[in-house]
Amino acid sequence: MLTKRIIACLDVDAGRVVKGVQFVDIIDAGDPAELAARHAREGADEIVMLDITATHERRQTLLDTVRRAASELFVPFCVGGGIRSAHDAEEVFDAGADKVSVNSAALADPSLIDAIGRSFGAQAVVVAIDARRDPNAADPARDAQVFVQGGRKPTGRRVVEWAREAEARGAGEILLTSMDADGTRAGFDCNLTAAVSAAVGIPVIASGGAGTVAHFTEVFARGKADAALAASIFHFGVSSARSLKQELAQAGVPVRLPC
Amino acid sequence: MRVTVIDYKAGNLTSVLKALRHLGAEPVVTDGDPAPIESAERIVLPGVGHFVATRRLDETNLTTAIRAAIARGVPFLGICVGMQWLYAGSTEAPDQHGLAVFSEPCSRFPEGQEKVPHVGWNSLAARPNARLLAGVRDGEYVYFTHSYRAPVTEFTAATTNYIEPFAAAVERDNVFGVQFHPEKSGATGLKILSNFLEIAAC
Repeated sequence: MLTKRIIACLDVDAGRVVKGVQFVDIIDAGDPAELAARHAREGADEIVMLDITATHERRQTLLDTVRRAASELFVPFCVGGGIRSAHDAEEVFDAGADKVSVNSAALADPSLIDAIGRSFGAQAVVVAIDARRDPNAADPARDAQVFVQGGRKPTGRRVVEWAREAEARGAGEILLTSMDADGTRAGFDCNLTAAVSAAVGIPVIASGGAGTVAHFTEVFARGKADAALAASIFHFGVSSARSLKQELAQAGVPVRLPC
Repeated sequence: MRVTVIDYKAGNLTSVLKALRHLGAEPVVTDGDPAPIESAERIVLPGVGHFVATRRLDETNLTTAIRAAIARGVPFLGICVGMQWLYAGSTEAPDQHGLAVFSEPCSRFPEGQEKVPHVGWNSLAARPNARLLAGVRDGEYVYFTHSYRAPVTEFTAATTNYIEPFAAAVERDNVFGVQFHPEKSGATGLKILSNFLEIAAC
């Protein structure tokens, strides 16, 4: 049976993990390569690394980080942040990523999705979407607005329509972050996730709002998510992806165990 | 141990090369020169992306070299699209022939029941005595990402269920194929690659 994926996300800046792990006494801010390996060892089904302040000057730092993280990682590894061209994507793939995630650059030029998909296959292109509910819309979740630049700038696009375009252009997966839920630990936005998941035929990864094991159960059941991402799986009173998955299994969610 | 890895410009090879090196193998990559295939001790044909990319194997005459190597008994492993190429063809690119070691065509998952592509970790049910899957317990998980799949036949070494059972692994003499990505399937995947590296030429 196809399992629901638990994805560990590392936000990196200048080669260091800047958030995502609260056990500061144990791992400090964290070396991304070390943390990626640790998450994989502790049962994460996939690793996502996002360069949150991607700048041109720091490109080499990111590539070095990706290379180090990938060297001993044998689960899927997705890298995002600052990928503006098929050439940028190629460098990240060469460094050892299996997938790239694109966000702002794809909104600025949607043909970027086609270009990366043509060269590396649809499975390698994850389109990340940051969406915020539109309280004035008939359906605030379905008509959620898409934002770029870390959620600062509205694009005027609606989430379902953009997700469909991304799929049509050859995206392999959608990484959907609810800006309303992000950071609240009050639960994923299940209505938003379900609206997007029902509208596309490709997997949807839910992100933003995880606080308890029950939030994951809900986003898989009600939100129809195929995978869920947590910036830190250490937030929820569980010590690892493995223990999170053990609890999910008890709740009847199909997960990869043992892992 | 030397492994000839064929690059036909369908996606990146980094992960496959990394996993092979991790297991102590020395990969040699060819993207058009048949010599490393003619002298190969074993061959890996990776592949992600579209079936039409396998046309390059014909255009560079690597198909002929691969066919001869298989006839010599050189162990051969096709991964993902590389496995599908071992079949007659795929409805993904009807004009492009496969190697037809297995006579059936590959086809797309039926629409309307589950999402297509099939992406994520799914479980294997291995046939007893499947050499490639020695030591892999029933129900172990591996990572898939694909929209097309091969049917279950007498040569199927392991099945996986998604919408309906399909061939997750195939083996016939020294020709092996896996629909999943062993290089991305954690300890289980490395075990399977390691099994392949231990298979003797026949």
